[in-house]
Amino acid sequence: MRGILRSPKIVAGLLILAFFVVLALFGPLLVGADPTKTNSVGLAGPSAAHWLGTTQSGQDVLAQVVYGARISMGVGVLSAVIATALSIVVGLVGGYVGGVVDEVLSLITNIFLVLPALPLVIVLAGYLPSRGVMSVAAVIAVTGWAWGARVLRAQTLTLRGRDYVQAAKAGGERPWRIVFAEILPVEFPVIATSFLATVLAAILAEAGLSFLGLANLSTVSWGTMLYFAQNNQALLVGAWWWFIPPGLCIALIGAGLGLLNFGIDEIANPRLRTVLPKRARRARRAEVVS
Amino acid sequence: MSQSVPGDEVLTAEHVTKHFTASRGGRFGRRRPPVRAVEDVSLSLTAGRITAMVGESGCGKSTVARLLAQIYPPTSGRILLHGRPVGRSRDYRRQVQMVFQDPFASLNPFHKVHYHLARPLKLHGHARTAAEVDEQVAELLERVSLTPVDQFMHKLPHELSGGQRQRVAIARALAVRPVALIADEPVSMLDVSIRLGVLRLLEQLAREENLALLYITHDIASARYFADDILVMYAGQLIEQGSSEKVTDDPAHPYTRLLLSAAPDPDRVEEHSDETTDHGEPPSLISPPSGCRFHPRCPVAMPTCSTTVPTRAQVADAHWTNCHLYDQASVDA
Repeated sequence: MRGILRSPKIVAGLLILAFFVVLALFGPLLVGADPTKTNSVGLAGPSAAHWLGTTQSGQDVLAQVVYGARISMGVGVLSAVIATALSIVVGLVGGYVGGVVDEVLSLITNIFLVLPALPLVIVLAGYLPSRGVMSVAAVIAVTGWAWGARVLRAQTLTLRGRDYVQAAKAGGERPWRIVFAEILPVEFPVIATSFLATVLAAILAEAGLSFLGLANLSTVSWGTMLYFAQNNQALLVGAWWWFIPPGLCIALIGAGLGLLNFGIDEIANPRLRTVLPKRARRARRAEVVS
Repeated sequence: MSQSVPGDEVLTAEHVTKHFTASRGGRFGRRRPPVRAVEDVSLSLTAGRITAMVGESGCGKSTVARLLAQIYPPTSGRILLHGRPVGRSRDYRRQVQMVFQDPFASLNPFHKVHYHLARPLKLHGHARTAAEVDEQVAELLERVSLTPVDQFMHKLPHELSGGQRQRVAIARALAVRPVALIADEPVSMLDVSIRLGVLRLLEQLAREENLALLYITHDIASARYFADDILVMYAGQLIEQGSSEKVTDDPAHPYTRLLLSAAPDPDRVEEHSDETTDHGEPPSLISPPSGCRFHPRCPVAMPTCSTTVPTRAQVADAHWTNCHLYDQASVDA
């Protein structure tokens, strides 16, 4: 645990993510304002009344950013949970059972891998009967599980021949128990990193869908903010306070998730380390001095 | 519990053969030839007796172990438990257990010692309530001398030494209360200083529990010390069997002699004889040599050895070998 907190990448990533989680959970209490409430002062720059200015129709940008965090992160986490669950089931069952089951599951995985994800998401989202948070998350998950499944299948293939799996088999354990009690916990680091990567991909996909106007435009998310900013020529009229905050939030959350992921990778695979731990740095400096 | 009487034939293999085929063919759909890991092996394990199986690396010892533990099915031949054919059922798992070679690989790094021992107890219905489980886990740890038990129970595998891990693995096999135990090189991955302790433990358990124990090893010296009977395996086939004294004091097969001469023995002062100078290499199991599989390396090979497969020849009471040297017809000819 101390090792984890010594990694600057993990600490930075966790701080950024913690900031956004707190923002999403408690932000609305502080901001108070209704993000969709309009007033007569449209397109006003940042001021004491509106810290991040207002939109064309006079909505408070800060309130929108804060409420939007809930939708953007909610969709991200929800679809990552669905996608990870799918990839665990497909990857572990295929890898462990082998034979025809594996062939069929691999075929499905490969089909989803080669499908161009964004166009598919756009088409699926266009045909959705309702465009609520749930259905957008489901669409993103359907196109995003295949990579994880492939990685987990490969891992399971190497694990299924290990002695402790054989020993569990020889002890009389049922196959599902071997898969989920003996193999799954060992793959946890892989699952964690693929989960974080999927959260990021899902947040970006949600923003992309909303920006294209394919999500529910009556909900406030960072993506719909960008959609309205674009439609109202915010860039042309110089209303930077309208599009920079949601864009920056997406970029920051991406950076946070990426840093966390790199940090975990470095712990799992020390060869990837770029920054020396403090102790080693100090030792090296002492060497140079002496 | 084990109900077998000493001297009962517990586990029998009849003409068991195992060929491994690559699951997909080679390039352009041609099938790759199979690896003939085990060829026509027949053996039987007796309750309360320790049988050692000796052979060099890659001769198929571990495959025999895994066939007997029914981790994979034989290509042909039968495995009998108390004289009845068996399947890969849980009932079979209750009777035949296995200890793996590498204690660093055979325990799941994510589970505590308690979990490793509690699972078989629960699976096979030996303990139902949590209190029963705890009590029996403690008892098992005590039997393999991992004390204080309260401390070991809650340790993860990486907190244990190799010898301690192997004791946990032995305890896990015993938790099932088997009648036969297959120990696949149980001490080869352990430090020399603790090998004896683990072997003594296995021996004591085999005698106390009246287990039929198959001890697989490449170290013929430890087999002599530890086992009642010795089976010698070469290139997937059994080539000699007898009591451990007879096989080690009066080896019949040239390969057994080679194995014995390769074992370090401080009492042996004589110079190396010519027999031991040219060891050769283990044969390929994909295309094994014709006739006797040992003939390319055999110091006393005859012309007939490369053409005909030797049959089983009795050397003495309960001591046989597959070698043309003891085959009356070929000696006369």
